[in-house]
Amino acid sequence: MNDAVLPMIHLDNLTLGYDRHPAVHHLSAEIPAGALVAVVGPNGAGKSTLLKGLAGELRPIGGRIVLSGLPPSGLAYLPQRGEIDHSFPVSVFDVVAMGLWHEIGAFGGLSRDQRARVRAALDAVGMAGFESRPIGSLSGGQLQRARFARLMLQDAPLILLDEPFAAIDSRTVEDLIRLILAWHAEGRTILTVVHDLDQVRRHFPTALLLSREPVAFGPTVEVLTPERLARARKLSEAFDEHAPECHIEALPAVEIAAAAALHAHAHGDGRTVAPPLHAGADAHGHPRPRRGHLQH
Amino acid sequence: MTDFLISPFTEFAFMRRALAGCLALALGATPVGVFLLLRRMSLMGDAMSHAILPGAALGYLAFGLSLGAMTVGGIVAGLVVVFAAGLVTRASVLKEDASLAAFYLVSLAAGVMIVSLRGRNLDLLHVLFGSVLALDDASLLLIASIASVTLVCLAVLFRALVMECFDPAFLRGVSRWSPVAHYGFLMLVVINLVSGFHALGTLMAVGIMILPSAAARLWAKGLPMLLLLAVLFAFGSGAAGLLLSFHADVPAGPAIVLVCGVVYFVSLLAAPGGVLAGRLPVRRHLES
Repeated sequence: MNDAVLPMIHLDNLTLGYDRHPAVHHLSAEIPAGALVAVVGPNGAGKSTLLKGLAGELRPIGGRIVLSGLPPSGLAYLPQRGEIDHSFPVSVFDVVAMGLWHEIGAFGGLSRDQRARVRAALDAVGMAGFESRPIGSLSGGQLQRARFARLMLQDAPLILLDEPFAAIDSRTVEDLIRLILAWHAEGRTILTVVHDLDQVRRHFPTALLLSREPVAFGPTVEVLTPERLARARKLSEAFDEHAPECHIEALPAVEIAAAAALHAHAHGDGRTVAPPLHAGADAHGHPRPRRGHLQH
Repeated sequence: MTDFLISPFTEFAFMRRALAGCLALALGATPVGVFLLLRRMSLMGDAMSHAILPGAALGYLAFGLSLGAMTVGGIVAGLVVVFAAGLVTRASVLKEDASLAAFYLVSLAAGVMIVSLRGRNLDLLHVLFGSVLALDDASLLLIASIASVTLVCLAVLFRALVMECFDPAFLRGVSRWSPVAHYGFLMLVVINLVSGFHALGTLMAVGIMILPSAAARLWAKGLPMLLLLAVLFAFGSGAAGLLLSFHADVPAGPAIVLVCGVVYFVSLLAAPGGVLAGRLPVRRHLES
């Protein structure tokens, strides 16, 4: 898709959170275009929060997010549990066709070619023949397939998937992973929250291990080591209601997976290797006057 | 039979006007009611109908029974409540239902107090229960205009509104239409309540929005059929209610809403989505 080696996502000392309590704490990272990143970590580690921040649904309480070279409708985000109203009288075809919003907008009709693409997307997720079924009649796995078909039609260079495999049977998961790998082969940048570490090891070249603090980022084999996973578990402790204000400008404790070996560069086949995690060393603090966030 | 069904409308101009008013309400207010129902905001329509009362009452206090003043007052009061509640929802921990309830309760109390300042109970009854049998040209024109504006706006907002109802997070992700659809729709609710309030009064204006929509929801599987059925039910109930009012000499507004209620209860019993459908003898299931 994009041959430039520019990092697509630049996280600069990013802190995201709720009510001043950080859920993602001082994260700096550069994710190159075309990367397929598994975001892993224990519950409450800030994985969904990071995706929300990237999707623009949550304003950073510190640091910043820069998405470069992204067209206006270039980001497709699949939240964990959408706010989908299952009882709404709408057909599977119509739901999937919503993915064409960036082409048809609020008024445009569907051309014959676009209808064919909707059907092709349904076919690609194994849902051919379901076009006229009401959305409420789908099972959980079928609904997730339909959401993937809608995502496909959005044709976005940057795709954020929040736990796409939660409560889905293994065959559906395999099919969905195949779709994700196909998108990766097309050069799209993909961040996926995944819980199953075996799946991560098998399919995702790059991993970001979070535990509110960033723990490690880099090639999956080097990130998912027993020591780092143990450290992630230890870090995810309870949220302290009376935490003092945080004045950390840089976090020296972050581990950089195989830092020496890694630079942001793309190989000829479009696969890219993630650059090292910068541990917020050149942090500028807070650009606008705000109250500092709390330690957790 | 013809005497019973047709001649009231051919012989009396006020019946024809009332019928035209019902048609306009069925075309404008009922589709809005369908979306209220689908957004799970049926009770919110009721709340809004109370919220427009003080505006209408203020108009009435200042200018007497003036169509323009009461209409503008009602619309302004409704919009103030809608936007204030929206603002509070976004800026505070209160959810939309709570903030709306707070505003409409205050608004209702203010409305009743304002109406009583002017004193005569008969006027209060007019505000509360409307006067579908006494629609003059100006009121009829107003109701018809609001219905036309509503149909045009619904056509413009349709896709965004469907997505806002079905999957608001997705709509927010792909476009900036979400607030347009949400507030545009609430404005349609307000103007249609004001329109309904001239015919049926503030308390019953919601009836012709919600009851036909709920009845149609029990029959229809798709949205186009749902909208069509709801409009037909509303207009049919309007005509039947007027006839009931004419022959039995009962007030027309409650008669129309009661007929809507009958349609709803019959649907509840007979429709595939109703209460009996699950209790009928089991038919053989289909092949898988």
